[in-house]
Amino acid sequence: MTKVLYFAKLREDLGCESESLALPEGVKTVASLRVHLAARGGPWASALAPERAVRAAVNQQIAKPETPVATGDEVAFFPPVTGG
Amino acid sequence: MPIIRVQTEDFDAGVEVTRIRAGRPDVGAVAAFVGVCRDLNDGERVASMTLEHYPGMTERELARIVDEALSRWRIADVTVIHRVGRFAPTDQIVLVVVAGAHRGDAFAACELVMDYLKTRAPFWKKEATAAGSRWVEARASDDAAAERWHAPGRDAA
Repeated sequence: MTKVLYFAKLREDLGCESESLALPEGVKTVASLRVHLAARGGPWASALAPERAVRAAVNQQIAKPETPVATGDEVAFFPPVTGG
Repeated sequence: MPIIRVQTEDFDAGVEVTRIRAGRPDVGAVAAFVGVCRDLNDGERVASMTLEHYPGMTERELARIVDEALSRWRIADVTVIHRVGRFAPTDQIVLVVVAGAHRGDAFAACELVMDYLKTRAPFWKKEATAAGSRWVEARASDDAAAERWHAPGRDAA
């Protein structure tokens, strides 16, 4: 299983804080996981749409769209950060 | 040893400045930055603000940022304290203290830590205004500030 976390506005839009899912065949990167999640439709499709600014981390490290994801990883999706 | 803390409690910049140079005769300069909750943002009065973070990753990302500052400049030590939770205008939010032999390196390192913190550390602000609550949007000017430091290979997804 792969743990997926959502933060801030994304968490509110999706109504989901975290979930554990089995990566389907073909989902091997941050970008393909995002597409897979957006395919759920509804708020998932709009909040994760390609034009939306969504950042990601894999195992608590900033990730790129091409960063690999694998079973056992902790993946997080969130809006651009606004601390400080 | 760098101190990196994410906490709800307030901090005392004076205490942290004293601590970072205690017993360090090699330190000739201490640069400190304090970020504070303002009462006005994007033209609207802010009644209060809530700061959320990604526990675990936040501390790790701050440590990576501090390591980068330590590797770039001749500085002795760094302290970063970032608060989370609910804030009112005038409340302190973040403290960065850098100690070094000379002021140039201390100022530069302090600025890099803040610029990277604002664009990489997973914190998010939500403001409460008279019109309701809203998530603060990231600013392009913050990205530009961070890009001046030219760190390759750290682009976000």
